[in-house]
Amino acid sequence: MLAFILRRLMQSVAVLLTVGIVSFSLFRYVGDPINAMVGQDTSLEDRELLREKLGLNDPAPIQFMHFIANAAQGKFGLSYRTSEPVGRLILERMPATLELSFCAAVFALFVGVPMGVYTGLYPKHWSSRALQAVSLIGVSLPTFLIGILLILLFAVELHWLPSFGRGETVTIGWWTTNFLTVKGWEALILPSITLGLFQLTLLMRLVRSEMLEVMRTDYIKFARARGLANRAINFGHALKNTLVPVITIAGLQLGALVAFSIVTETVFAWPGMGQLFIQSVQFADVPVMAAYLLLIGVLFVLINMVVDLLYFAVDPRLRGQAGLARASGH
Amino acid sequence: MNTSNNPPLLEVRGLRIEFPTRRGTLLAVDDVSFEIAPGEVLGVVGESGAGKSLTGNAIIGLLEPPGRIAGGQILLAGRRIDNLPYEQMRKVRGAQIGAIFQDPLTSLNPLYSIGRQLVETIQTHLPLSNSDARARALELLREVGIPGAESRLDHFPHQFSGGMRQRVVIALALCAGPRLIVADEPTTALDVSIQAQIIAVLKRLCRDHGTAVMLVTHDMGVIAETADRVAVMYAGRLAEIGPVRDVIKHAKHPYTRGLMGSIPSLGVRTDRLTQIDGAMPRLTEIPAGCAFNPRCTEVGTRCVVERPDLMSAGTSRAACWLHDKGGVGAKLATEAVDA
Amino acid sequence: MSDIASDSGWLRRAADSDIWWSFKSSPMTIVAAVATLLIIAMAFLAPLIAPHTPFDPATLSLSDGLKPPVLLSPDGDWSFPLGTDDQGRDILSAIMYGTRLSLIVGMASVVVAMVLGIALGLLSGYLGGTVDALIMRVADVQLTFPAILVALLIDGVVRGLISVQRHDEIAVYVIVGAIGLSFWVQYARTVRGSVMVEKNKEYVQAARVIGLSPLLIMVRHVLPNVMGPVLVIATINLGLAVITEATLSFLGVGLPSTEPSLGTLIRLGNEVLQSGDWWITVFPGATLAALVLAVNLLGDWLRDALNPKLR
Repeated sequence: MLAFILRRLMQSVAVLLTVGIVSFSLFRYVGDPINAMVGQDTSLEDRELLREKLGLNDPAPIQFMHFIANAAQGKFGLSYRTSEPVGRLILERMPATLELSFCAAVFALFVGVPMGVYTGLYPKHWSSRALQAVSLIGVSLPTFLIGILLILLFAVELHWLPSFGRGETVTIGWWTTNFLTVKGWEALILPSITLGLFQLTLLMRLVRSEMLEVMRTDYIKFARARGLANRAINFGHALKNTLVPVITIAGLQLGALVAFSIVTETVFAWPGMGQLFIQSVQFADVPVMAAYLLLIGVLFVLINMVVDLLYFAVDPRLRGQAGLARASGH
Repeated sequence: MNTSNNPPLLEVRGLRIEFPTRRGTLLAVDDVSFEIAPGEVLGVVGESGAGKSLTGNAIIGLLEPPGRIAGGQILLAGRRIDNLPYEQMRKVRGAQIGAIFQDPLTSLNPLYSIGRQLVETIQTHLPLSNSDARARALELLREVGIPGAESRLDHFPHQFSGGMRQRVVIALALCAGPRLIVADEPTTALDVSIQAQIIAVLKRLCRDHGTAVMLVTHDMGVIAETADRVAVMYAGRLAEIGPVRDVIKHAKHPYTRGLMGSIPSLGVRTDRLTQIDGAMPRLTEIPAGCAFNPRCTEVGTRCVVERPDLMSAGTSRAACWLHDKGGVGAKLATEAVDA
Repeated sequence: MSDIASDSGWLRRAADSDIWWSFKSSPMTIVAAVATLLIIAMAFLAPLIAPHTPFDPATLSLSDGLKPPVLLSPDGDWSFPLGTDDQGRDILSAIMYGTRLSLIVGMASVVVAMVLGIALGLLSGYLGGTVDALIMRVADVQLTFPAILVALLIDGVVRGLISVQRHDEIAVYVIVGAIGLSFWVQYARTVRGSVMVEKNKEYVQAARVIGLSPLLIMVRHVLPNVMGPVLVIATINLGLAVITEATLSFLGVGLPSTEPSLGTLIRLGNEVLQSGDWWITVFPGATLAALVLAVNLLGDWLRDALNPKLR
């Protein structure tokens, strides 16, 4: 078990290193770091001095280490667009994105998984077929289109919910939250549904197909042959076996929500990290791009590790020697 | 033929199983009838595709769609079970009829301990408390010969070897005390060295509990060891059925004779094994008359035209015109007159 | 029917095959196939059948601006059946040209991804060792990120390296490249897997002994085997590629408004959405949805038809 953890740790470090190198290359070679630090009217000589002082003429590996060291402290230089420190910009916008992603994740999980179980258990029923059809639409419609349609219906036509912005937020220390007021919740509804819909349909289809596979297995047949009640078979045996592989994929998908929030935040003018990233791409604001990339990389690697560990906790076959061999793909 | 005077435990009468496909409806089991007495072991042999497993599935009521029972009856202790609604049949399964399938690894849920799977099955059919159920589970594990049963109750299927797993499966099939077990190729997936052990365990337990067995297999050796009577199936039909010694030593149906001749036996010198020319016909191409007639060395003109019923031939019954003693035999009526 | 079929043996075999039967027996798939064909036809015949050329500024007049769809309001005009945007551009024609662009970009990026993925997969599987490790490491890292993020990054990098104007001029190529680069990994992995299996087979060793280039053997023998799964991936990819392009354009970093795809049109419409001029967004949106839905349905059917387990 320890060996496995160490291996995964090494893999994660390798991935992080690669991401770090890409981020650093972006920062250093695509943009001009001097531009990140000073304004337009600094003279050429001052720039050269700054270049020396910052060690920008040092060999690349040394610069890389400086970059990483700074990144670890949250220092990514100044945004080309607003001249504010990138770290602070990101921090300001993090609560908005995290809360939105969280709500979308909850929506996707608690609606998607039960729907998947239902359509897996009763695939021929008309309601299942209807849900299947709707899910196909959910996968085909781009997120931004869903967002626009929701806005059109619920905001512009019905005036039930706000069409953009974060609405009312409450500030607690460094964090700003939507969760504490009704208006805050109202602002969250449409964006969360938009963001979560794609993952919901994915989860539903995944759970359904796993469920169908499981129901065809020999152990389910044997369980029936032993006269076990339908409830015990469906929700005891079948469900547990279905959810085990679903956990990994669900975990990874939900992590991806933070990245997918880019589109939703743009549609709803939601002031989160995603919107910041889009603005930085439009403007070629390299320091922000580099910082966002690194941040997302760290987030994903963390999520991957947590999901792997979860897998261990749930599947008894993976514990013990034989399990380790299987888990590492031998 | 039922040699004892007890009423039969299981009666299958004229069972027909069909499969609707896009090319038309296929008859996979065609008018099969047999009986199993209480405590008796009936072997069912035949090549792959002969319809043995389907018959077994139909008996436990787990025939997979699109297959369906198209005709005939299945009676357990005189009561029809082929037309029971799902919930009632469910109560029959496990408590009256148990089943054992081929692959012990895939038969057990990998995520539950075997103790949990045993207790769950026991408590579904018997009103026992947790501790009583657990005690019974332990008892069964010991009976099937799992060493250190006490600690093994909480182990998972992947922690057992193949043979041990099949023993667990046998325990699971018997734990609610059924009167009949349908065993579908129980040893085929196991190492040859383990096969004999498992068969011995199955035999012993069924004898101790008085459980009848329908043993479906393509392995005649297993049948010879274990069965009291044997039924031979061919192309979805019953070719021969009788006491196992008689069928093996004095097979009445040409197909059975071919089967027995093709099995090598120790201590007998032969230059070549008998081989039956041709192959069992596909379900879409079953010939008219007797299904075996294209390959039969003793085929008569009647065999090509009329399908034979099971007729008495000594201690067995065989579906072959050659044994039509009271009638005209294998030649057609017109020919007999001319001759 | 039988006469035609008996003339050409392969036609009869195709008509009799399982795939055709499963196609015929699923009405949804037939509808999807017909819809896809119609949309493709409309898109590629656009220069011939579109009533206007909406992106030639010489033909526009602001007085035609913001006309609603003809059947829904007395202000409508039959020469602009689906309405116009604020510059007077005809929505119907814009949709036709836009669909064409969306399809071209989508298909081109799938081809790029496929070629790149197959090439890297072949190299990786055949050469093994450090090359393989390197390529797979890059693949792993890239897979950690969603495709859209990768595409956005590539686009951002290009914008950082060249001026915004130049970027708009070559936008199509940049987008195709960006999307293609974000999707190559699955192809590479599949091909690599097959190559590694085939590499150790005897006929490859034999070919080496004779002196034939095993790489050629790989291409001749492995590729045909792998084309099935590759095609399935490609059908899934096409829908995704079209969505990705639309998303990029909607976000303002894709195709510019001088050469708009469906996504760009939706973005332009979104800007006036609040004032109730909904047709500028909804019609292109519906077209996009129909296109991707049809492609996905076809892909679903193809996957099921080729899946031996479901037969």
